[in-house]
Amino acid sequence: MSTVPGNELLTEVEVPNRAGDRSGAVGKAIDTVIRSLVPVLLALVAGGVLLLILGHNPFAFYSSVWEHGAQNKAWQESAKRMAPLLLIAVGLIIAFRANIWNLGYNGQFLLSAAIISGLAPSLVNDLPLGLAFLILFVVAGLVGAIWTIVPALLKAFYDTNEIITTLMMSFIGVGLAQILIKGPFQDPSVNIAQTKVLELDKMLPHIPGTKVHIGVLVALAAAVVVYFAISRTSFGLKVDVLGANPRAARHVGIQVKQLIITSFFFSGLLIGLAAAADILGVWGYIRANWNPAYGDTVIPFVFLARLNPLVVIPFIAFFAVLSTGGTLATQEVGLPTDFLLVLVALILLFMTVIEFLGRRRSLGQSYLTNGLREALRLPGRKKDGAAAEAGETPKKVAR
Amino acid sequence: MSPAVTSAVVEVKGITKAFPGVLANDDISFDVRPGEVHSLLGENGAGKSTLMGILSGIQTPDSGGILVDGEPVRIDSPRKALDIGIGTVYQHSTLIPALTVLQNLMLGDSGKLLLDAASARARLEEFGALLGVDVDPEARAADLALGRQQQVEIIKALWRGSRLLILDEPTSMLTPQAVDELYTVLARLKADGLATIFITHKLHEAVSLGDRISVLRRGRMVGTLDAAAVSSTPPDKLEEIVIEMMFGSAAADLADVGELRVGLGEAEAVEAHARATKAAVGEPLLELAGVAAPGEGTDPGVADIDLVVHEGEVVGVAGVDGNGQRALAEAISGQRRLTAGEIRLFGAPVDRLNVLKREKLGLRYLTDDRIGEGIVGSLSISLNLFLKRIGQAPYWRYGSIRRGTIDARAEELCEQFDVRAPGVETRAGTLSGGNMQKVLLARELSFGAKVVVFHKPTYGLDLKTTLGVREMIRQMRDGKAALVISTDLDELLEVSDRIVVLSRGRLVGEAEPGPGAAERIGGMMIGDVSLSLAGAGAEGTE
Repeated sequence: MSTVPGNELLTEVEVPNRAGDRSGAVGKAIDTVIRSLVPVLLALVAGGVLLLILGHNPFAFYSSVWEHGAQNKAWQESAKRMAPLLLIAVGLIIAFRANIWNLGYNGQFLLSAAIISGLAPSLVNDLPLGLAFLILFVVAGLVGAIWTIVPALLKAFYDTNEIITTLMMSFIGVGLAQILIKGPFQDPSVNIAQTKVLELDKMLPHIPGTKVHIGVLVALAAAVVVYFAISRTSFGLKVDVLGANPRAARHVGIQVKQLIITSFFFSGLLIGLAAAADILGVWGYIRANWNPAYGDTVIPFVFLARLNPLVVIPFIAFFAVLSTGGTLATQEVGLPTDFLLVLVALILLFMTVIEFLGRRRSLGQSYLTNGLREALRLPGRKKDGAAAEAGETPKKVAR
Repeated sequence: MSPAVTSAVVEVKGITKAFPGVLANDDISFDVRPGEVHSLLGENGAGKSTLMGILSGIQTPDSGGILVDGEPVRIDSPRKALDIGIGTVYQHSTLIPALTVLQNLMLGDSGKLLLDAASARARLEEFGALLGVDVDPEARAADLALGRQQQVEIIKALWRGSRLLILDEPTSMLTPQAVDELYTVLARLKADGLATIFITHKLHEAVSLGDRISVLRRGRMVGTLDAAAVSSTPPDKLEEIVIEMMFGSAAADLADVGELRVGLGEAEAVEAHARATKAAVGEPLLELAGVAAPGEGTDPGVADIDLVVHEGEVVGVAGVDGNGQRALAEAISGQRRLTAGEIRLFGAPVDRLNVLKREKLGLRYLTDDRIGEGIVGSLSISLNLFLKRIGQAPYWRYGSIRRGTIDARAEELCEQFDVRAPGVETRAGTLSGGNMQKVLLARELSFGAKVVVFHKPTYGLDLKTTLGVREMIRQMRDGKAALVISTDLDELLEVSDRIVVLSRGRLVGEAEPGPGAAERIGGMMIGDVSLSLAGAGAEGTE
């Protein structure tokens, strides 16, 4: 078909402009910064006020956090902390982009961690170290992935709400992990419920010249790979279509059931890898009562990064510093370490406030999955604001 | 102000309402008097709905005011609108399907502590007598035919003693017979002294029904033809004047105003059909044999569908909305599993093929639900054009998207289908309905389309886009095939070679466009249903 007759009859129809939006790429960038950074800054300020009320000097506290979290060799601790956080964040991003609320991260993480801790001591002795790590990472990823299968199937075939099923599976996973640690994987030589401790030279190797284990590189690589998958591959586009409009996904012939299961699978896989990186890189064993709940603290940052696997990296770095430095800083001034959770909660609170205000004023874009924007997919290439610049005169596309 | 204004029930003065980027209503003034039907005419996006929303309390104006009986009022909620006597009948049903007619009406009495069924029943009888209709108070709303539902909606709008009735596109879902009946009801209400605002984008309705006609264009009131002018001008001339008002200088740009009016009335439709070159009908391209597909929710399924669409043929499927249209369309497209029967495409069964495989064979489905499933609003126009070929060469290579190739092709398609947007990277969700539909048409009609199912292809589109779309459908006769499912009978009469009628999920008849076809098809559309449940359409005044 070369020309469409009847075109001369097709009238020009105005494209609704969004006059409230700031126009141009600069405006978009400002919006993004407001959305992403303001909640963090406000949380730090409010946390400071809280410290004042509690009788502490906020500036001293924050500089202590910085000192213990980033200065000298402390950054290495923070970098190690980043590995599990980043892998979980990226895993959540895949699911959230598909509008799948995988809230079973604690169960997926702990079950993987327990199984890895149980298998690692014998594997690293019986096999070449590299091969043993490879197997352990694969096992960890698979355990995390398999733990999503029940919610995935229920959602794909019966449209069961995955918030409920993943949470329930999470509790089962946490319980099962404890059973494994106290049962088959129990270290017989100690009285505490924990697995056998890996010897230091049988843990993940360090990046040369540092004390940072290579699990951090795995996490960074995962973020890049997922970014590529999301922005360049057909899988990524299908996930975005599913997340933005599931009925459209069905209409355009996307195999929705398969895609739900795959998205869940990769989400759980990455969370499982997080467990492997943390256990093999940092701890070397697991206790039955250990539950770092990394996922809970990561969620706000996933949204602040607007589900972009690369943008989430600095946010995770920030939280890693806050978390490692903050642990020491709180101890120094005699605060409970839970104060850090207060800061996270404040970030969430201010995100909500900004989200609310953003509905009324044009404060950039929503954090939420449905507000998924093309801007996310290709930062800097966004020309949506051009609509506003075009003003009253609608232009034709091809010029 | 002129003395006539003092008799106005409701007067709108200088209403302005802006939405981000759009001035929906720009300094609009008009009034309605007792015992008149005031037609409010305009294309989609002209600001009719916004104006109606303001009068019915859904939206509040940025500036300007509303006078009721000369007193300024502030209508800030639908309840307030009802309180001061403005009742609205919306385009889509607001009745609660599971409740009976009487229960639905008594919802309007919810201000009272106790429901008074007896007096409500009496009131319903009163209204029935006034409107000349007979509604069973105990019938469930869901069981009523659409025409009958609308009568209940009108009663509901008047339930608390309204003096102004607003009807928003009331005929869009009705059979011809039900439309006639609506006209009768409106005439009775008029005689009773009620003021009515009749919102429509259909020219002939505005002209034949309105005592006065006001035309909106791009948020502005172009003008009002007063009663004297309307009654003294012959309908043909009147239509020309109104077209001039609706399109302004653009009317001159139209190839032929006469052609514009094709599609407005049945007579012209028949003429248009006669003009349409009938290509020789070829091989059967799409065959349905005993097809049955389940319904979904309130949307009924289909059964025993036997239908053949030949090469070079446009087959229309007529029917009142909600009689299995979606099940039929989705069964063909592959979105819904068949429970019985067989679908053959180019002679080969496709039952085992999914949506994508059928689409690759050249079968396309233009959905009626543009926003709900056609478009992904948060993605760009480019990506929306390629949603049905995700991962296919040459637009994806080595697993990676090639945005340059996609954007270049998208720009060609936008040019070809006249999509108006700042650029192909514009988010599809920001497009107007017409442009959205053009994006979907570009997606479905390109890339080797052979057999296309059009589902309500012009629903909610402005006139000029509508005519363009119909022309595209007619072009399908050129070696392709089209199945047009529409609730707009005029449209089917205009574009189809033959029309089958879908009623309660079954094909109940077939007709060729021609003199008297509308009545015959209309009769089949309501078929036996009307006798048992509604009686509405069948007994309607001719």
